[in-house]
Amino acid sequence: MSAEAPTLIGTSGDSLREAFGKALAGLASEFPKVVVLDADIAGGTGVHHFRKSNPERFLQFGIAEQNMMAAAGGIAAVGYIPVVTTFAVFCLRAIEQARLSLAYAKRNAKIVASHPGLDVGPDGGSAQALEDLAAFRAIPGMTVISPADPIEAALATRAILEFQGPVYMRTGRSPSKRVYGESHTFEIGKGHIVRDGSDVTIVACGVEVARAIEAAEKLAEESISTRVVNMATIKPIDSALLVRCAAETGAIVTAEDHNIHGGLGGAVAEALAATHPCPIEFVGVKDTFGASGEPEELAHHFGISAPFIADAAKRAIARKRT
Amino acid sequence: MLLDTKTASSATARVPELVANLEKAARFVRQHSIASIYHAGSGHPGGALSCADILACLYGAELNLWPSDVNDPTRDRFVLSKGHAAPALYAVAAHYGFCSPQDALSLRKLNSPFQGHPHVCDLPWAETSTGSLGQGFSVALGMALGLKMKASKARVYTLLGDGEMQEGEVWEAAMCAAHHKLDNLCVLIDYNKLQSDDLNDNIMRLEPLAAKWRAFEWAVAEIDGHSLRGILSGLRSASVTQGRPSVLICHTTKGKGVPYMEGKPQWHGSVKLTREQAEEALKALAASADEIKDFLDVR
Repeated sequence: MSAEAPTLIGTSGDSLREAFGKALAGLASEFPKVVVLDADIAGGTGVHHFRKSNPERFLQFGIAEQNMMAAAGGIAAVGYIPVVTTFAVFCLRAIEQARLSLAYAKRNAKIVASHPGLDVGPDGGSAQALEDLAAFRAIPGMTVISPADPIEAALATRAILEFQGPVYMRTGRSPSKRVYGESHTFEIGKGHIVRDGSDVTIVACGVEVARAIEAAEKLAEESISTRVVNMATIKPIDSALLVRCAAETGAIVTAEDHNIHGGLGGAVAEALAATHPCPIEFVGVKDTFGASGEPEELAHHFGISAPFIADAAKRAIARKRT
Repeated sequence: MLLDTKTASSATARVPELVANLEKAARFVRQHSIASIYHAGSGHPGGALSCADILACLYGAELNLWPSDVNDPTRDRFVLSKGHAAPALYAVAAHYGFCSPQDALSLRKLNSPFQGHPHVCDLPWAETSTGSLGQGFSVALGMALGLKMKASKARVYTLLGDGEMQEGEVWEAAMCAAHHKLDNLCVLIDYNKLQSDDLNDNIMRLEPLAAKWRAFEWAVAEIDGHSLRGILSGLRSASVTQGRPSVLICHTTKGKGVPYMEGKPQWHGSVKLTREQAEEALKALAASADEIKDFLDVR
C-alpha cells in the first residue's frame, strides 16, 4: 500500500564526498582505531559506506553538532581516532568545540566537512560555507586541507588518518572534474605543480584547481605561460613552493571557493609578504553570501569561474615591475 | 581512591573513618582554594567552595585513580566541566598527591601549569581542557562511549555548574547519553542557585530541574551536596544503575564555609581577595594561625 520510495535528487556521483566515504570504508581494517561520528547526514557526507561496512564503529549523535564535536575529544582521549563528519556550515556551528576540546587539548581527531562553498549549489546561501577555511585556519595547531578531486580526496583520507593531530578537511558535494590520474601522490603540507609555466602562477585549492587549469589553457591561447599549483594543504602552507613560484613567475593569483578574506588567498599573501612580495590577485567570493543555483552558474555569477581567474592572471602580470 | 569503597563489606566498617578523612580533605580544598585565589589576585571562590565536598568524595572515595599512573587506561575519569572551579580541582588533586600543594598556589601565573581553567596538556590528570561551559560534559560523554566500546569497566564522572544548564550543548549531551544507555557516566550538578550575575531564577530559570533530567530518561537523585554521607550514597546508587546514565543534583551553598561569601553572587568571581578577606575566610574554614601564615606567606 505504501508509495514507492522517492528518487533522491543530487546523487553524489563522482564527488569528493563519495571518494572520501569509499576511501574511509576501505581503510577501516587498516586503521582499527578509527570511529566515525555522524549527525544524521551520513548519506550526504559519504560515511554511509563506513556505516554499512563497520556499523559497530559508527556513532550516531543526532542533529547536535556541538555535542558531537566535543565528544570527539573524549573519544580521542580514550585512544580512538574519531572522524567527525557533517556539512561545512555545521562545523562552523561547532567551531568553539573544535577549538577547545580538539585543538587546545591536542586530540588526534579529524573533522571532515562536506558541502563547502558555492559547490553546494541549489541549497542556497544558508548552506554554502564560505568562511570555514579562514575560521579553522585561525585555530592554533589545526591542519587545514582542501583536496582538488576525488583521487586526491581518497589519498588525503589516508594521509589524515596517518597524521597525528587535529585536522579539518573539506570534501565537496557536487560531481567533480578529475585533475589527477591514479598515479598521483599526496603529502600533507606540500603543494603540487599541476602545470608548469613562467609568466604567472595560479595557486588554487578544491574545485578551483580544475578551473585554474581551464584558465591556464585559455591564457595559453594568448601566449601567456601559466603555472598552476594545487595548494591542497592551506595550513601549514607550503611556503617554500610559494617563494619559488614568486621568484620564478613574478606574479600570483589565488583561487578558492571561499570568501576572499582569510582563506587560501590570505594564507598565500601572509607567506609571501614578508620575504618575497609580488603582485597577487585574489579570486574568491567577494565578502558576500552565496545563493541558490547550479554550481557552475554560481561560479560564474560570483566570479570564481575560469574566465575570472584568467582575467586576474592578466591583471597580476600587468602589475609586475619590469 | 585511598579507601576502596567499592568493596562494600569492608567499606561499611570504615565509614566513620572515611567520612572524617573526607571532611579533612574538603576543608583543605576550601582553604587551599582561598589561598590560591588570594595569591593569583583573581579567580572564582564561590563556585570552588560550593563543590569542595563533592570533589573530596570523588577523589577520596569514588574514583579508581592513582597519582602513580595518571595514564592508566583502566582508570576512572573525572572531568570538571565547570572549569572556573579550577582552584578546587587543583586543591583536591594536591591533597591526594597528584601535584604539590605548594605548586598549586601558582594558580593563574605565567608559566604555571595551574591555569585559570584546567588544561590537559599542562596537567594530564585534568583529563581534558575546560572553561567553556557544556563542553566538559560532551567530552566526558565521548570518554564514556569510547570506554563502552572497549568493554572497559572504568567509569566517567563530570561536575557541571547550575548556570551551565543554560547551555544548549548540555541538553544535546543529555539526550545523547540516554540514547546510548551510558550507565558508566555520572553527572554531578553543583546546584548552588547562583550564577555569575545573579540568582539562576533571575537570569534563566532552571526549575523543574530534576523533572527535566527525568524526562531525558536519566536516573535522577537529589542530594545535599554538603553531606558527605549523602554524596557517597548517591555515588553508590549511580554506580549500580544499569541501562541509563545517572545525575546527582547536589544542592549546595555558593561560597560554603565562608560566611561573608555564602549565597552572594558577587563572590562568583573573578575577584581579588585582600589579605584581610583571605585571613577571615581561612579563619572561618578552621585554619590555625600557623596554617594561615603558611598559606598566605609563601613567596
